[in-house]
Amino acid sequence: MIPVLLIVIPLFGGLASFFLKNEKAVRPWALFFSFSTLAFSILGLTILKNNSWLQYQVSWISNLNTSFSVKLDGMGQILCLLNAVAYPLVFISTWKTNYKKANNFFALMLLMQAGLMGVFVAMDALLFYFFWELALIPAYFLCSQWGGERRIAVTFKFFIYTFTGSILMLVAIIYIYLQTSNHSFDISAFYNATINDKSQGWLFWLMFVAFAIKMPIWPLHTWQPDTYEQSPTAVTMILSGVMVKMGVLGMIRWLMPVFPLAFYQWGDRVTWLSIIGMVYASLIAIRQNDLKRLVAYSSIAHIGLMCAALFAETQSGMQGVMIQMFNHGINIIGLWIIIEFIEREFGTRKISDLGGLAQQSPAMAFLLVVVALANIGLPLTNGFIGEFLMFNGIFASTVTKFYLPFTAVAGITIIFAAVYMLNMIRKVFYGETNSLAAAGYSLRVNEKMALAIIVVFVFVIGLYPKIFLNITQETSEFILQKVDVSKFFKR
Amino acid sequence: MNALLLTAVLGVVMMFSSFLLSKKSIIRNLAILGLASVLVVNILEMSGIIFFKIDTKGMIFFDRFALLFNTIVFASTLIYFLLSSRDMEKVGTNYGEYFALIFFILCGITLSSSFRSLLILFLGIEIISIPLYILTGSDKKNLKSNEASLKYFLLGAFSTGLMLMGIALIYGSTGTFSTVDATTSGSPTSALFIAGMLLLMFSMAFKVSAAPFHFWTPDVYDGAPTVFTSFMATIVKVAAFIAFIRLFSDEFGNIQPRWQLLIALITAVTLFIGNITAVFQQSVKRMLAYSSISQAGFMMMAIYAMNADAKEGLLLYSAAYCLATIGIFAVLIKLKDYSFEGFNAFSKQQPLLAATTTIFLLSLAGIPLTAGFLSKFYMLRAAAMTGKYLWLVIFAVLMAVVSIYYYFRVIQAMYFKEGNGQTVEASIGFKWSLILLAAIIIILGIFPNLLIYWLYF
Repeated sequence: MIPVLLIVIPLFGGLASFFLKNEKAVRPWALFFSFSTLAFSILGLTILKNNSWLQYQVSWISNLNTSFSVKLDGMGQILCLLNAVAYPLVFISTWKTNYKKANNFFALMLLMQAGLMGVFVAMDALLFYFFWELALIPAYFLCSQWGGERRIAVTFKFFIYTFTGSILMLVAIIYIYLQTSNHSFDISAFYNATINDKSQGWLFWLMFVAFAIKMPIWPLHTWQPDTYEQSPTAVTMILSGVMVKMGVLGMIRWLMPVFPLAFYQWGDRVTWLSIIGMVYASLIAIRQNDLKRLVAYSSIAHIGLMCAALFAETQSGMQGVMIQMFNHGINIIGLWIIIEFIEREFGTRKISDLGGLAQQSPAMAFLLVVVALANIGLPLTNGFIGEFLMFNGIFASTVTKFYLPFTAVAGITIIFAAVYMLNMIRKVFYGETNSLAAAGYSLRVNEKMALAIIVVFVFVIGLYPKIFLNITQETSEFILQKVDVSKFFKR
Repeated sequence: MNALLLTAVLGVVMMFSSFLLSKKSIIRNLAILGLASVLVVNILEMSGIIFFKIDTKGMIFFDRFALLFNTIVFASTLIYFLLSSRDMEKVGTNYGEYFALIFFILCGITLSSSFRSLLILFLGIEIISIPLYILTGSDKKNLKSNEASLKYFLLGAFSTGLMLMGIALIYGSTGTFSTVDATTSGSPTSALFIAGMLLLMFSMAFKVSAAPFHFWTPDVYDGAPTVFTSFMATIVKVAAFIAFIRLFSDEFGNIQPRWQLLIALITAVTLFIGNITAVFQQSVKRMLAYSSISQAGFMMMAIYAMNADAKEGLLLYSAAYCLATIGIFAVLIKLKDYSFEGFNAFSKQQPLLAATTTIFLLSLAGIPLTAGFLSKFYMLRAAAMTGKYLWLVIFAVLMAVVSIYYYFRVIQAMYFKEGNGQTVEASIGFKWSLILLAAIIIILGIFPNLLIYWLYF
């Protein structure tokens, strides 16, 4: 029942917001719904943990043999929690931001949350595809309506990109569906489908492209910096914090176990792509002068590491990815909150125009440094846990003979991350206070609150990751057992 | 059989009404009432209540497939009447005759969805075509309308000639007009038979405006009065598809390997030309004409696949396509400026009309939660099931991506572009009809079984 509620609450809240006449009432209204979603998400993690609460299935289109089947497994729990935490954070931190037609804005935001929840819990391929697209449509309208100057063209590029990927995935889904024994879209039927190695080879790419565009993996990333830059910050937070996780989840749940052979066959090549992407994005991030673009490129580098860790096919790497999905989401939202603040108060996002903010607003500087260090992956912070597990996983990988170069090159990007992050902090917060920063603004209470929550997450997960390790263990073991190709070679 | 007779009678009634009744509102209400009764008797026939039992010597056979399709057609036409019948007044003075012609077309559709004899097919297609030539040219003072009508008539007559020749060749090789007996008797693979099949294929491809027989479509759709374009591009087009699939499954079903590749090529070319050309259009009306070609490409996949899923899918597709396109045209008719710029800031002027139009466009583009997605899904599934020509499936989805471009251009104009927005007069009834239409599209997009179930119960 919990997963159904997680979808229905924001869905209802969103649809109702369209008809709210009072634009002032819509903020508390949306916040209320996001908090109730959060409450149910926590309930599912803590009290109502038995299967009868976490699973729900009802027949949907019977002659296609598809059902409305949703379930919260370990990975789903983490991502739903991320989604449920992200929304109140976004709403609180942008409480004072004005939007034209605010009720439509919040309605679409909540609808997007419903779509994302659906993607994270769907256990039926057609349902998964439905939610996959449904999460995209509100994002399209949000970015095109409330974004920056070049929003229409940029968002359209984003939409065409992701739509191309997803419709290719649809072809793959139909082909797997035809290979299942009883023509069913159910996930277990997909896992047991007999697909020969030749078909796996090309079906893998049809699906991989969809996920790679969403994540994004180099060279399919070109929509991402523009879109993050042009979208309203509240939407960017969701896009980068939560929506990219759709791609990672899709890869873990729908790609790895369905095409184990192809996953092994193409593993090295895809890992090379993601490693190249990491280096490429890091180098570009070092040269960026725009705060939003800097964070956008750093995000590409982080996601690349996740992809590489997945293809290592180790327990540590897999759990690292699942934990890092949460960490990355939380940390990047923290960065966006600060960027939003800087842009609003100082009217610029250019690093070269800013300087010495720390003297006037020490609280902001402290919070940003914590989040930035977590983003680099300093010990004690959550980023360290995730990245350590992933590096460990890549290095211990038995499916590739390139584990050493992979680890080495990926490791270099961590240094790059330190370079661009610390550089940014130095230029923006320290040094001489220029005329722009001299006015001195301090964070509002709501922003402090949101950032404080994020800092708590940073340290709690950094110091005691066991909670999340326990949740993800079962799922990652299950996936790894499915993906193990050695059983195909033994006679 | 109920609907066949009733539509013919109603056609005559409407013809008389044009000079017997003076008030236009009475004529309109009579037509809507008549159509509603046609819908009712057709549904009654589906549940086994047949008013007229006529022995047609096996030339006409109302199976579930035909009856369900007729229901879709009558329901779509009813919605079309509700939305657009007022706008027919602006076309010319012969209000009653327009309705009469439409009823005759419906009569022809009933024939061409249920034929079991090539002669009935010919009869059905002709009964559809001739009133259409007149409707196309009904804006008598407009040069473009006249040109469109003449063009349509000449090319249409040519394709009818091809069809007749094909029927003659097939009769020559099998000795029967019946589509179901031909496969058992005679020699279905003789050169004569194959030549006849090709001629029939070409003429049907012309009627559904599949490339490379599509050249008449943009000009005729653009030239005809917009109210009638709406009818031609939707209901008439899917009716031709039903005739097409019925002909090829009954008559040529057992020699599928012989024509499958050719149909696959026609499908691919249709998708390509329809989508790519639509991208470059400046007028929404012309864009919709090309979009109808590209949608025809998707429907051609049903004929290519020719399995049970393809038939289910084609029914769903016809419903989804008709409803969405009728909706868009109903809004378009109200506008004065048909260019993409004409839609600028339309959402500020008419939020409800813009929202429903968005749903129709999303459905045409094939976004989930709309009937358009599931119908495209059925087509892809049917084509994938054949296990052949994978490239066609991949090509089709890539073309669907192209179609996003021109459908979303309208959405962008309505919501994100600045402008004054055209003033539009929309009555309350019109708005409610649009809401109803959008609701049907979404409900079919979630529960397609509500429609497909009727095929089997």
